[in-house]
Amino acid sequence: MKQPLLELSGLRFGFAGRAVLDGVDFALHAGERVALIGANGAGKTSLLHLMVGLHRPSAGRIRAFGAERACEEDFREVRARAGLLFQDSDDQLFCPTVLEDVAFGPLNLGRTPREAQAIALHTLGLLGLADFAERVTHRLSGGEKRLVALAAVLAMQPEVLLMDEPTNGLDERAEERLIRYLEGSSLAMVFVSHDRRLVERLATRAVVLENGRLGEAVLHAHAYSHAALHAHARAHDLS
Amino acid sequence: MSRLALFVPMAGAAWVGECDPRLRVVAAGLIALAVVSLQTRTAAGLALALCALLALAAGSGSGTLVRRLLALEGFMLVLLVMLPFSVPGPALFALGPLSASEAGLARAILIVLKANAVALAVLALVGSMEPVVLGHALARLRVPAKLVQLFLFTVRYVGVIHDEYRRLRQAMRARAFVARADRHTWRSFGWLIGMLLVRSFERSERIVAAMKCRGFDGRFHLFDRFAWRPRDTVLGAVLLVAIAGVLLLEHGA
Repeated sequence: MKQPLLELSGLRFGFAGRAVLDGVDFALHAGERVALIGANGAGKTSLLHLMVGLHRPSAGRIRAFGAERACEEDFREVRARAGLLFQDSDDQLFCPTVLEDVAFGPLNLGRTPREAQAIALHTLGLLGLADFAERVTHRLSGGEKRLVALAAVLAMQPEVLLMDEPTNGLDERAEERLIRYLEGSSLAMVFVSHDRRLVERLATRAVVLENGRLGEAVLHAHAYSHAALHAHARAHDLS
Repeated sequence: MSRLALFVPMAGAAWVGECDPRLRVVAAGLIALAVVSLQTRTAAGLALALCALLALAAGSGSGTLVRRLLALEGFMLVLLVMLPFSVPGPALFALGPLSASEAGLARAILIVLKANAVALAVLALVGSMEPVVLGHALARLRVPAKLVQLFLFTVRYVGVIHDEYRRLRQAMRARAFVARADRHTWRSFGWLIGMLLVRSFERSERIVAAMKCRGFDGRFHLFDRFAWRPRDTVLGAVLLVAIAGVLLLEHGA
């Protein structure tokens, strides 16, 4: 079997004196689209942040793209190759205009301004946002912000996409547009979501975070509502 | 979408929008400097008239203009009342033990003329500019990058923080909070402000995290499409001539 893109083993992490993750093991392989589900406050966002080194685990190991990752220096490369889409797009879009925001990542990766602009425009085009380049970010609607934030992540040409409730707060049309794009993408993904439609359409498998540990969740069209409520290790009829 | 009126530019005539933003910023600065240096009422009056013409030509609707000027007139009113009584000189009239001086009144009128002229010029030239464009123009005018970035971050997030304030305030109202002059009110407002500070701080941490995720290395990059055109030179020259005319009237007369 090929080496996983991301691999977490025995990960522990505490927050404000409370153990959030208590020995999490996880591996993401190329082509997988993993739904990460669990109750509010279960530590799903923390887990995504740990993967790109925004928090440091108190114990456990993180391997990404074939190397052990421990310090800030290591994670800088990880962040370029695993793009994280934040829960609140206002956190992510801080540049004055859409074009500047989408070009921000490529510029940081050492592209020239001309190349970065070309990449940004191309990425916006892929998401059907070609007309947005000159728009001012804080005047976008919620759905537009999310798609632009996704474009900003994709412009870095990552190999893995990590998404924190990508469809949260989107109306039906914006959600449909987002899901359709993601369905057509070949990127490996991990996404946190309570959105049943998204999980059903996108995920190739699901994991549940409960009591600080990660377990496989059963995923099929009608059993999902079930899986969302409580994790099971027991076998379901998948036919 | 933010509903904060502060950062919604006023409507403006097309020709102003087509001017190079750098010209608009520099012209507003020069006009302000020239007007502030005036000492005679004739020159200040002429400057006010020219600036009013500029504002009208720039297509700032008179309604919006008046509303924005009203904010200034409050201060001006205070000056008009205070200065005659605080500047020494021959008395114009007396109110009991207080006497108003002619020199004080003259100075107050001069300040009112100058302040209104500057406000009109700035509103006409910069007030109708998208704040983000103003940031770009400042960057191109070599204003220190840190200041420009602070300005652009403010433009970006003041609306977000205002929305948070509105949500908290609504939540208070939804639980029948009415501001009164009592301890409970002051404590509640204290919590509201404290909560806003905490949330802003947390948001700033999330923004930094998001910036790190995209490989932030301490440099910001701005793209603009400013292009200086011949008509900008012409307009700049016209404004310079007008400024020179006012200064000549001041010093020659």
